[in-house]
Amino acid sequence: MDHVQPPETRPGSPGPTRRSFYSAAIYGIWGVITAALAAPALIYLLVPPRMRRQSEWVDAGSLSQVPTGTPVEVTFRQNRVDGWKVTSETNTAWVLKTANNEVVAYGPQCTHLGCAYHWDSGKNEFLCPCHNSVFAIDGRVVGGPAPRPLDRYETKVEGNKLLLGRLQISPEKSA
Amino acid sequence: MKALNGLIEWLDHRTGIHTAARKFLYEEIPASSGWHQVFGSVALFLFLTQAFTGAMLAFNYAPTPGEAYNSLRYILTELTGGRLMRGLHHWGASLMIVVVVLHMIQVFVYGAYKKPREATWMMGVVLLLLTLGYGLTGYLLPWDNRAYWGTVVATNIAATAPVLGPYLTRLLGGPGIGVVTFARFFGLHVLLLPPVTALLIGVHVYLVRKHGVAPAPGDEALPKKQFYPRQVFKDTVAIFAAFIILFVMAVAVRVPLEQLADPTDTAYTPRPEWYFLFLFQFLKFFNGPLEVVGSMVLPGLAVLLLILVPFIDRTQMVKVTRRGFAFGFVVLAALGWGGLTAAAVVTTPAEAREAAVDYSAPTDWMQLSPEEMAGIGYFRRENCVTCHAIDGSGSQIGPDLTRTTIHRNAAWMIPHFKSPQGVRPGSSMPAIQLGDAQLNSLAAFLLKLNPQNASALENAPDFAVQGALVYQTNGCSDCHKVNGVGSDIGPSLNGLSKRRSRSWVEEHFGDPPKLSPGSSMPPFKFPAKDMENLTNYLFSLPE
Repeated sequence: MDHVQPPETRPGSPGPTRRSFYSAAIYGIWGVITAALAAPALIYLLVPPRMRRQSEWVDAGSLSQVPTGTPVEVTFRQNRVDGWKVTSETNTAWVLKTANNEVVAYGPQCTHLGCAYHWDSGKNEFLCPCHNSVFAIDGRVVGGPAPRPLDRYETKVEGNKLLLGRLQISPEKSA
Repeated sequence: MKALNGLIEWLDHRTGIHTAARKFLYEEIPASSGWHQVFGSVALFLFLTQAFTGAMLAFNYAPTPGEAYNSLRYILTELTGGRLMRGLHHWGASLMIVVVVLHMIQVFVYGAYKKPREATWMMGVVLLLLTLGYGLTGYLLPWDNRAYWGTVVATNIAATAPVLGPYLTRLLGGPGIGVVTFARFFGLHVLLLPPVTALLIGVHVYLVRKHGVAPAPGDEALPKKQFYPRQVFKDTVAIFAAFIILFVMAVAVRVPLEQLADPTDTAYTPRPEWYFLFLFQFLKFFNGPLEVVGSMVLPGLAVLLLILVPFIDRTQMVKVTRRGFAFGFVVLAALGWGGLTAAAVVTTPAEAREAAVDYSAPTDWMQLSPEEMAGIGYFRRENCVTCHAIDGSGSQIGPDLTRTTIHRNAAWMIPHFKSPQGVRPGSSMPAIQLGDAQLNSLAAFLLKLNPQNASALENAPDFAVQGALVYQTNGCSDCHKVNGVGSDIGPSLNGLSKRRSRSWVEEHFGDPPKLSPGSSMPPFKFPAKDMENLTNYLFSLPE
């Protein structure tokens, strides 16, 4: 396999100590260069962007339109930071006003694979059409493959106005 | 170890890779080989680094005008390590040109282009042109004023080419510079040039291998050496030195980003990258119909001459110490290049009076009201940072001013500024000797300060802060609005730079009714420096 003479036997070759110094230096330097390029590149690709924009509260309309005890789908406009752009897009939430006047706003996507679910008023449950996940009115998983309860928006009520904050991802295992 | 050897043997049996690598590394090189032959390897290394950092930038870059600028700003201000990536790519380009030219000088001085290595040399000249091509096409990609106006000049030069001019203009997406030109330059820079370069480097290296490293006279009598490890070691050390220079430049020397390209900006003086400055200066010697001589004919002849060097000098190989003519030629060329470059630097008008805002840093200070900006001025003047930390960094003597828990209201702050011990017994803070209006500005700024906008404090350029101080002390906000703050008696001053010229604004201060009849604005006589700062500040305001 080796068509080339072993270097040690060559005239004018550096001696074995020299040789190992050279190869150690070569490997060492290339190791340093590779690390010095790879580490910043990984940081650059993996560290999330610094967000200079404060979390905004979005006006999701008047609470008087929300009946007590039945979730309704509320549509609102929201600015979304997308890389170097801020896009204004329509978003929805399922808003529920409970009897003791607490407000809950669920994110509109099923926690299984992100399909849009809907409220089945006959069964009093949220149903996802994709894989038949079922959620109770408090967001708990009642059936189907969904791994965690419905996600909730941060909510704030000012006067009669409903303000929505960030979507909080609910932890796995039902709350 | 045994398992590793087994694996290598298995792999070699299937692919021959180990044998190939050994063949490559144990290639015989002349006894005279040494440090003077490291430049080719360094150039190859820099090319690969450029490809890598270029790909990294492309991962967060949108190649259309406007978007390009915004995405680059995102890389610089929002992404950790983004500034480093751009620095490596920017300075890597310069360093690559330096190293390629050094490589060429070495080959030239040693006469290594002589028979049978003519093709290797010619391929090298083409690679030099490709390297310059990257510089030319990459210059447009940030899409700031510098990029735009530099490329206007470059494409206009291409248009002066005899016969080919109009076709070149078409090829570069002209006439004019817009989305099409941008797409062409981007396509050339990242899609066409890299594979062509890689291919030609392959041919170049193949030719070097085919003919062997050029021996010096007298090498025939000496035993040959092997490429590995001694020469590989030398190449590696040289590469490391270049890498350290590149890395230090990328970290320490900030690459500015100017304002978004503005095709209506008539005051802008374009200036090319340093390695093209000599051409820029050379062009000034040719006017009118002779211009094409300076822009095309002579540079074209120079390149042709460079390509034909091996056929012009067909003498026998001699020792490098006896190549006085070649040395002299290099020295003359270096002097000519250096002289032209120096002349270009000296004769180009000094940076326009327009204070340049560095858009490669966050510009959230632009959103502040003049009062808050003036507050930054007082904050700096009073050296608040000697005792107070900002967002966790700095002195710990006083509390961190970005911590919202210490934020009160102006009614608490101002008495506290005047007499810290009166409000907070035992405080070691000295009283601030400023008037009420000034303390109000300071409080207005501090009330806005939070970890998110603390960078405004650092990044607000001095001219803007000084300008805001002039604005504030002269009560401009009694009649004008800036960033939504102020009164509506006079026009809002945002976007002033789009409506009025600098000279108009400066003359207007002295005699408003003369320039805008019916204006109720009183005349203002500012010292020159104040006038400059105020105008610069107003011109930097967003629309």
